[in-house]
Amino acid sequence: MSASKKAHVTTTINGESTDFLCEPRHSLLEVLRDNLGLTGSKEGCNNGNCGACTVLLNGRPVDSCLVLGVEVEGAEIETVEGIACSSNLHPVQQCFLEGAALQCGICTPGFLVASKALLDKDPNASEETIRFDLSGNLCRCTGYDKIVRAVQAAGQQMSAEA
Amino acid sequence: MAPQSVSEVVAVLSEHGDRAKLLAGGTDIIVQLREGLREADMVVDIKKIDAVTSFKYCDENGLSLGAAVACYNLYEHPQLSKLYGALADSTHIIGGWQIQSRASVGGNLCNASPAADSIPALIALNATAVIAGPSGERSVAVEDFCTGPGRNVLENGEFLVSLQIPAQGGNCGSAYERFIPRNEMDIAVVGAGSWVKLADDGTIAEAKIGLGAVAATPLVAEAAAASLIGKEPTEENFAAAGELAKQIATPISDMRGTDEYRMHLVGVLVKRTLTTAVERAQSS
Repeated sequence: MSASKKAHVTTTINGESTDFLCEPRHSLLEVLRDNLGLTGSKEGCNNGNCGACTVLLNGRPVDSCLVLGVEVEGAEIETVEGIACSSNLHPVQQCFLEGAALQCGICTPGFLVASKALLDKDPNASEETIRFDLSGNLCRCTGYDKIVRAVQAAGQQMSAEA
Repeated sequence: MAPQSVSEVVAVLSEHGDRAKLLAGGTDIIVQLREGLREADMVVDIKKIDAVTSFKYCDENGLSLGAAVACYNLYEHPQLSKLYGALADSTHIIGGWQIQSRASVGGNLCNASPAADSIPALIALNATAVIAGPSGERSVAVEDFCTGPGRNVLENGEFLVSLQIPAQGGNCGSAYERFIPRNEMDIAVVGAGSWVKLADDGTIAEAKIGLGAVAATPLVAEAAAASLIGKEPTEENFAAAGELAKQIATPISDMRGTDEYRMHLVGVLVKRTLTTAVERAQSS
């Protein structure tokens, strides 16, 4: 892809209307991190294997490294920065903290976004469903068990609050 | 650029040839461009075109599936996931959730990986590729679409618009299974898709079997399917079909498995998918 003119894109990120300029070759992940300063989404593999860059695009989890910035014109995006409600952590964030479901932390934003999406779909998701739905998120530290338990705990809180 | 019509895409492709690459879900092409495996001067987003992004089922013509329709649309759809079990099975295991939100069946076909999960399912379901080009539209059976690893029948100026998959009667069933050493998120060591239609007396009236990752392109196992016609759906007959399917497989040995192991898996997976396909046909 040769360098070309920057495109003007209008989108909604975490509920706020957002404009940015980007080259056609730039990924949504690059736009979020480098243009908009939303560095919560991480670059792990940059090829769609690890899920560290997971964001919601029109309500569905995607790897933002595999979306072009120019593709999100008119779309709604939610990033890890939009999960907490002002100073209150979302149950999934609180449970990751309390359950020590992270070590180095680089995969955590992706896990939080995907976990919240799966619990919004079904807060009582089985362990099997949680593991299947989170198979696109890789963690090299925890061995996953603490992550799965944190997601289950968050789901219980969410159904109790509902 | 993001053209609004099929003819605009054909015009761009005719002018720029393979220097223009099409973007559907982007899960293959963005990685290939980034890693220098393919080169392009321009990327053409085809997701503004209704014929490419929509899908429609009717009992007469079956499923018309736009080439850029993302995987989740198939396995989350209550009716389609039942009618096209093999397609639901395969789309639910292509990558993880994030990939399935974007990756399309049409893209999986065009990428023409020998190990693509959706292609044996499409072959088993007797799907046809609808191709638009400078001289109009043409159709190619999915089993004839791939010509080698990463290569397909598309000529200059042509692109895949949709897939046509025949309607499924009440006595039809299909299934896809692959073997991978991990639990999820891996490339098939071998994949098999089976489709059956049962006669009123419960015997097999029609069958079709597709194989993946055992040759340079996905294969159709004709003799294996033919051996089942008029037979009872028994384990012995499925195993015999599996043995016949092995005869057309020419697998390689690589880090995922030896040729001998792949050959063994062909028999196992053909038998398993036939079993599931018949169960689904019986309960449909």
